[in-house]
Amino acid sequence: MATQHSRSAARLMMAPAVILLLGWMLVPLVMTLWFSFRRFLPNRPDIVPGWVGFDNYVRFVTSSAFWPSVQTTLIIVGGALLITIILGVLLALLLDQPMWGQGVVRILVIAPFFVMPTVSALVWKNIFMDPVNGLFAHLWRAFGAEPIVWLSDAPIFSIVLIVSWQWLPFATLILLTAIQSLDSEQLEASEMDGAPPLSRFFYIILPHLSRAITIVILIQTIFLLSVFAEIFVTTGGAFGTRTLTYLIFQRVLESQNVGLGSAGGVYAIILANIIAIFLMRIVGKNLDA
Amino acid sequence: MGRIVLDKVTKRFGSVEVIPPLDLTIEDGEFTVFVGPSGCGKSTLLRLIAGLEDLSSGHIEIDGADVSTVPPAKRGLAMVFQSYALYPHMSVRKNIAFPLRMAKLDQAEIDRRVSNAAQVLNLNDYLDRRPGQLSGGQRQRVAIGRAIVREPSAFLFDEPLSNLDAALRVGMRLEISELHKRLQTTMIYVTHDQVEAMTMADKIVVLRAGNIEQVGSPLELYNRPRNRFVAGFIGSPRMNFLEGAVAAKHGAHAIGFRPEHLGISLTEGEWRGKVGVAEHLGSDTFLHVHPENGGETITVRVDGEFSARHGDIVYLTPVAEKIHRFAADGLRIQ
Repeated sequence: MATQHSRSAARLMMAPAVILLLGWMLVPLVMTLWFSFRRFLPNRPDIVPGWVGFDNYVRFVTSSAFWPSVQTTLIIVGGALLITIILGVLLALLLDQPMWGQGVVRILVIAPFFVMPTVSALVWKNIFMDPVNGLFAHLWRAFGAEPIVWLSDAPIFSIVLIVSWQWLPFATLILLTAIQSLDSEQLEASEMDGAPPLSRFFYIILPHLSRAITIVILIQTIFLLSVFAEIFVTTGGAFGTRTLTYLIFQRVLESQNVGLGSAGGVYAIILANIIAIFLMRIVGKNLDA
Repeated sequence: MGRIVLDKVTKRFGSVEVIPPLDLTIEDGEFTVFVGPSGCGKSTLLRLIAGLEDLSSGHIEIDGADVSTVPPAKRGLAMVFQSYALYPHMSVRKNIAFPLRMAKLDQAEIDRRVSNAAQVLNLNDYLDRRPGQLSGGQRQRVAIGRAIVREPSAFLFDEPLSNLDAALRVGMRLEISELHKRLQTTMIYVTHDQVEAMTMADKIVVLRAGNIEQVGSPLELYNRPRNRFVAGFIGSPRMNFLEGAVAAKHGAHAIGFRPEHLGISLTEGEWRGKVGVAEHLGSDTFLHVHPENGGETITVRVDGEFSARHGDIVYLTPVAEKIHRFAADGLRIQ
C-alpha cells in the first residue's frame, strides 16, 4: 500500500481538498487582518480610506461596550455548557434504560438539533416566551402569577435557555454513546462491592464519561462562542445581550465601520484561541489517558 | 462459613427456561466447579447465586439464611469477572480498597487489609499503577485482591482464566488452588474447560442445558460417568464410543473406552485399523486410527516412544474392565 508511488498519488488526490480548505480559511483571515489596520467606512465617502496602524484595535478595546460583551459571551457559553452537560448526562442515563418506544423517544430527543437556530429562536420567542400569548405566560397566569417578560426581564437567561435547548441533543447523543460503551461487568462488580446507585454513578459512570464530557465541552465552546442568530432574532443585542460576535456585527453592519469590526474579529480569534488552549490544558490529560 | 444451598431454583428469560428446577448443596470450604459447554446455563447459575439475576422461583440459602431476595452486596459473596471488571480510572490500591470504602471501614483497617492482600498476591510493586498499565495476569490478581479484602463467605469465579494465554493460565490455576488451600473458603468456579475443572475442583458439577448431569469428585466423574454426555465431556482426549454390533456383544446400546485404556499392537488384537493423524506431545502420542470395518475414528493414547506413522496398520484391544456401557437413553449400565 504505502509505496512511494501510492503515497505521491495520495498527496496529489488530496491536494484539491487541502488547497480549497486552506484558501477558504486563509483568504478571510488575511482580509480581516488587512482591514483591521485600515480606516475603511464604505458608506462615508467623506472619510478617506488609509492606513491607521493599531488605531482600530485601541478603539475597539477602549469602547465602553467591549468588556461587557466579553462578559456576556462568557456567561452565555458557560451557562449553556453547564445546562447541556448536567441535563445531557441525566437524559443519557434515562435513555440508556430499556423502555418501550426507545427508538422514537431517541429521535424526538435529537430533533431540536435539526431545527435552524433562527427558527428555534423565533419559536421560543413567539410560542413560549411571548408575554401575552406565550405558553409560559399562560402557565404563569394559570397559577395566578404575573407573566414574566422573558426577553427584557431575564434576557441573558432566555438566550442561554434557547441555546441550551438546541445543544442539549448533541450533548445527550455523545454522552449516551459513551454510557453505552461502559462495560456492564464494571457496574455489576461495583454492585457486588456494595456501592449504592449514587456511588455507582459518581465512582464508575461519571469517570467513564469524563472523556466524552471533555469532547462535548470543547466542541460546544467552539460553536457557542459564535452564537449569533439567537440574539439577532430575539433581543437584537439589547438588554445586555451583546456578545463579542454581536458587537463585531454591529460595528461592521450597523456603524458601517469595516476596519473597527475587523479589529474586533481579530480579538475574537485571539479569545477563542486563549479559551481553546486553556481548555486543552485542563482537559488534555483526559484525552490521552 | 459458606454453605450454599440451592432449592428448586429456576430461571426463565421470557418464555425460555434457562434453568429448570435445580437442587444443589455446596459445603463450606469446598472448591466447586460448574462445567459444561457454552450456553449450558453455568454462568447464569453463578449470577443467580451472586444475586445479579433474580430467581424465577425457588430459594437460595447461604449459611442457613434465605437470601433469595437479598441484594448482591448483602450476600457476603465476592465475585471475579471474566473481564476482571477493574475500574480503569482508579489505581490498583483504590480498586482493591473500593469494597472496603463502600463498607465505610476506617482508613487504618482499609490500609491493613489492602497491604495484606497485596502481600498475598505479589502486587506490592504495582499498587500505584492503573489497571491499563498491567498485564493480563496482574489484572487477574488485582481482581482476586478486590475479592479477598472483603473476607467473603464464598468466592465466585466466572471463567476467570479464559482471557489469559495458555502458559499464564496454568500458573494462575495453581495460584487460585493455593489460595483456596490457604483461605479454606468456599469457592464456586465456572469454566467450559474440563482440564481446569479436573485439576482444581473438590466437586465438579457438570451442566447441560441448565440440567445437572452429574455431581462428584473429579475421579468419580472420570471413572464412573453417569451418562454418555459426562463420559464424553470429562477426559482429554475425549472418550471413544462404539455402537451397533460391537456394543451389542457387551450387552449395551453403546460402549465407551478412553484413549488411555486401549492396548495397541502391531501384530494382533481385536480391531485392525490404519493410522491417520499422529499427534506427538513428547510424553504421549495420540493416534487417530481408522478401523478397517469402516467405523468411527478411534483415538488411542500411546507412549511417546511408540513409533507409528501415517498409513501404518495397528491392532487395538480395549481393556475389558475399563469399558463403560451405556443404554439407548445414554445412561450408564451398572
